[in-house]
Amino acid sequence: MITPELHLQMHKELIRIRRAEATLAERYKKQEMRTPTHFGLGQEAVPVGVCAALKRTDVAYSHHRSHNHYLAKGGSVYRLAAELFGRATGCSGGRGGSVHLTDRECGFIASSAILAEAVAAATGSALSFAMDGSDRISTAFFGDAVAEEGAFYECLGYASLKNLPVLFICENNGYATESPLSIRQPEKASITGRVAAFDIPTREVDGNDLRAVYEAAVEAVTAIRRDSRPFFLECATYRWLEHVGPWFDHELKRTYRTKEEVDGWMARCPVKRSAAYLVDNGIATQDQLSTWEAEIQARIDADVARAYNDPWPDPQHLMEHVY
Amino acid sequence: MRIRKYKEAISEAMVEAMTKDDQIFVTGHAVAYPSGIFGSTAEVAERFPDRVFDCPSMENAFAGIAVGAAAMGKRPVYVYPRADFMFLSFDNLLNLACKWRYMFGGNAGRVPIVLRAIVGKGWGQGATHSQSPHAPLAHFPGLTVVLPSTPADAKGLLLNALQADHPVVFFEHRTLFETEGEVPDTMEPIPFGKARILREGGDLTLVATSLMALEATIAADELEKQGIGVEVIDPRTIRPLDEEAILRSVAKTGHLIVADTSWELCGFSSEVAALVSEKGFHHLKAPVRRIALANCPAPVSLPLESAFYPKASTLASAALALLKKEGADVAGIDREDYFKGPY
Repeated sequence: MITPELHLQMHKELIRIRRAEATLAERYKKQEMRTPTHFGLGQEAVPVGVCAALKRTDVAYSHHRSHNHYLAKGGSVYRLAAELFGRATGCSGGRGGSVHLTDRECGFIASSAILAEAVAAATGSALSFAMDGSDRISTAFFGDAVAEEGAFYECLGYASLKNLPVLFICENNGYATESPLSIRQPEKASITGRVAAFDIPTREVDGNDLRAVYEAAVEAVTAIRRDSRPFFLECATYRWLEHVGPWFDHELKRTYRTKEEVDGWMARCPVKRSAAYLVDNGIATQDQLSTWEAEIQARIDADVARAYNDPWPDPQHLMEHVY
Repeated sequence: MRIRKYKEAISEAMVEAMTKDDQIFVTGHAVAYPSGIFGSTAEVAERFPDRVFDCPSMENAFAGIAVGAAAMGKRPVYVYPRADFMFLSFDNLLNLACKWRYMFGGNAGRVPIVLRAIVGKGWGQGATHSQSPHAPLAHFPGLTVVLPSTPADAKGLLLNALQADHPVVFFEHRTLFETEGEVPDTMEPIPFGKARILREGGDLTLVATSLMALEATIAADELEKQGIGVEVIDPRTIRPLDEEAILRSVAKTGHLIVADTSWELCGFSSEVAALVSEKGFHHLKAPVRRIALANCPAPVSLPLESAFYPKASTLASAALALLKKEGADVAGIDREDYFKGPY
């Protein structure tokens, strides 16, 4: 059951993440951010729908395309922007960059660029919760290429064996860098099917449908807390921009996918679909949506400006935090 | 003082630490079996059954699982009955565990994990059950690499590892498990980065790690009978490395041999040679000599295996050669290998 209030709240979060990513991507073109960045435009509904189903005390881990998850779990645009600018006030003190984000206060523990690593760490946090008899859940967001790494299957086996409260969330966007799923994984052995073989309950969902993601996540979270067992969600979604960087592939004349394919997915934009639902069902008016978006954009612009004006880390602190 | 075996000292450290800190848990292949990793986990398995449990053969993911558990406040101890399996953990160990604190700017907390790796040798262990990757691991900032050679050091250093706030890799040589030594009734944790002088001497410095430290003391004792003073330095940890102890000794003796349980190229023996050539060159009266494994994988067949491993007599001969001394025959000094297999 999604109340109008909850949908509005999630929609505002969807807008915050969309506008933050769009703003950062535009700013990225000015060569002020020296960190390889994987923008998550187009994939916002998955983290927003999932994190809305989690408690603040639950934890989340993510991968190289991690801004969406960091923000949806409760991370600040200001500290994300500061991290991308390499400032001392960045969420990782300017030592991590785009792919190594953290905000422990809101339960976003870490993101890592080496795919299944973060899945393993998430599984480990779930082991800790299980040992303590805690009702906390550990969440791992990852892409489809993780299903090509061995450590992923080790985690599935272990989570099932040890009854760990892990929520595995595969954001299947069909590409690993420029490599399509079809040449990487056997077509007849779906990722969900492989996971199910580990006796883990699974569900496939339209990752661009905010309400569907939220409902699936509630089912997953409820099952995990009730049964003390893992759960797997496969969310079909699509990244709009190039693998790493702020441009559309067609702007750089890349040919691994067509502009028509991208346009087709952009027509299924999760923000637009959510907005249409709100307007069609009389929950919000187009004017209200526009007003909210303008307010959110103004806050983002202020956050980004503040982050940009923050100080650099002092090179004298280079050796801090090694141990 | 009590006499304890190396494996008993390790077990004592585990028991004492787990008694004090209920966040410590121990896992790894066969840790909870009655044999308990050559006796070193049998007692904790009995005393703390909820916190000592077996692990599937999943060395790749488990290093990351340990990180995630540590990030929530646990102190995982992950045991590799053979260090060679640790190669499967290198991604999570080197990309995540040892960088965790730094690459999140100190904001993601700490991941205190202890990886106990047992190094095999002899009785045909062969190429993939006999390696000690301490040098490649010591290459990486953020890790601490420990190689205790005596029961007392094994206990004190493990106690320190179990209260450290960062990842520690703890190499235990299988050959040392049955060796005995004095262990104080009560022990404080031994800090990392402090070498132990196992023998004092004025003619030659012999820096030796792990099992080679034991071989070095045998060589030193023999050479002492021949009137040659060998100072045996066991660095105990190679990251951090007690550079001062090595340089101070070389300043006194002017001669250096470095003996290690792995290979020479880009290895620990080369690191010490580089250290002394950079910071103690003017004290050297002769070139540094490195003694390490033969430059091939470990063979199985007895005569090949015997030729592969340096031993006390190898060190004693090398010392005599370096000092240009004619000594008595040292071939008979080598200790008898108690190890009767299979693993």
